Amino acid sequence: MKMVVAIIKPFKLDDVREALSEVGMTGITVTEVKGFGRQKGHTELYRGAEYVVDFLPKVKIEIAVTAEQADAVVEAIRKAANTGRIGDGKIFVYSLDQVVRIRTGELDGDAL
Amino acid sequence: MKKLGLTTLLLAAAAPVCAQETPTLNAGDTAWMITATVLVLFMTLPGLALFYGGLVRAKNVLSVLMQCFAITALVTVLWVLYGYSLAFSTAGMEQGVVNFNSFIGGLDRALFAGMARDSLVLGIPESVFATFQLTFAIITVALIVGAIAERMRFSALLVFSLLWVTVVYFPMAHMVWSGNGGLMWDWGVLDFAGGTVVHINAGVAALVACIVLGKRKGYPTTAMPPHNLTYTVIGASMLWVGWFGFNAGSAVAANGAAGMAMLVTQIATAAAALGWMLVEWFFHKKPSVLGIASGAVAGLVAITPASGTCGPGGALVIGFAAGVLCYFAATRLKRAFGYDDSLDVFGVHAVGGIIGAILTGVFASADLGGAGLAEGQTIAGQVFVQLKSVVFTLVYSGVLTFVLLKLVGLILPLRVSPDEETEGLDLVLHDERGYNL
Repeated sequence: MKMVVAIIKPFKLDDVREALSEVGMTGITVTEVKGFGRQKGHTELYRGAEYVVDFLPKVKIEIAVTAEQADAVVEAIRKAANTGRIGDGKIFVYSLDQVVRIRTGELDGDAL
Repeated sequence: MKKLGLTTLLLAAAAPVCAQETPTLNAGDTAWMITATVLVLFMTLPGLALFYGGLVRAKNVLSVLMQCFAITALVTVLWVLYGYSLAFSTAGMEQGVVNFNSFIGGLDRALFAGMARDSLVLGIPESVFATFQLTFAIITVALIVGAIAERMRFSALLVFSLLWVTVVYFPMAHMVWSGNGGLMWDWGVLDFAGGTVVHINAGVAALVACIVLGKRKGYPTTAMPPHNLTYTVIGASMLWVGWFGFNAGSAVAANGAAGMAMLVTQIATAAAALGWMLVEWFFHKKPSVLGIASGAVAGLVAITPASGTCGPGGALVIGFAAGVLCYFAATRLKRAFGYDDSLDVFGVHAVGGIIGAILTGVFASADLGGAGLAEGQTIAGQVFVQLKSVVFTLVYSGVLTFVLLKLVGLILPLRVSPDEETEGLDLVLHDERGYNL
């Protein structure tokens, strides 16, 4: 099993959600986060006082999938979240040891 | 120009009809002045409170609203007790004679002594006149809040406000507006709606206060961006609307002077908003919302003394000059000298007020579309009178503000502790937070 974590631009969330539905994903977890990468931050100016804002708002998506689904999911996110401009984000894929559905106690593949 | 001495006017109001006739109530003027009074109160609550509240950090928003609210209540009570009397009592005043009562009124009108339900001033009830003037005292004190925001202890601010309005504002209003025998009235200063009394006065007090208190912890290296510019724009818009009560109301009548005051107020404000926007656009490549709103306020300030005497052309020049110059005052001057006038009270109100006061002397001239200077007065002569009043106000208000703050500092700490400042005044001083999201 794999855990797919993607950091994307907030306004791309709906597109990504739709793309994930199309490849059969039935559940995702979304968090509002802040951070910076190559895009860096930006400056804001208030009556001549300049502030450097290092951390930009982004959205973090987490999806647990079977090993076979992982490539399709990563590709779906990559296509949907792509604008071609700096700051589009990154996708990370980890190995996932165990999954438990709390309601039934089902494990791993059955719990996904 | 504006508030003639009470005794003079009780006579003068009736003069055109018949010298012997007793003054009668003018219903049209009264209706307008009640409206204007409400508009000026609206400038402070919630106009100025929101304008300032949006500019501070989220942890201090309530402290600013609280300061504006409490000042409104405190100054109102003082106005009843002795404020109206100190500002507008004409006892002991004599035209051309400088005596104690040229600086401050006596206590003969304390607790509104002598004011009956049907007392009239300038054809309107004295009760309306007194309430109208009260709203000017309120906003002047509230303006200072912008310079000491985010660090002054609430108790110290209340004591300071009590002393400042008593020792600085009431005498200033008396010297400029009480009529023949008032110090600056007799100089012939043109201050229709309060350029010296309100804006330069509050602006220089703000500068002194922010220097005496010291910078906010972390200024200027820590980012302190405004927490809600939407509030600030709403507040600035309310100030713009309310200011028609301030300026057009200062005619104390529903007449041509009030109408022209309204027009020039609108023109100067628009010119200043554009002026600030354009100069900021030029220097920083982007026009900002805070910039255009600040420019509008600068224009409102600058047209205030001129609104009774200048014409539409003069208003364009006064407004544009204020927008451009206040931009430099609020952005460059403050940084060059390193003082922490948190919300730019000096840069907008004192600088805008001084520009307005001086240009008032120029654009009052009938040759430049104004209402005309006094008999035998030249533009240069009038500008000199304006300058003299500006310098007097800067010195009088500046020195006394310094002394009063030092006095308050002897009995109360002026500032919250550094830890409390970090935590935010809302929680530390009021046990509340502005946002429970």
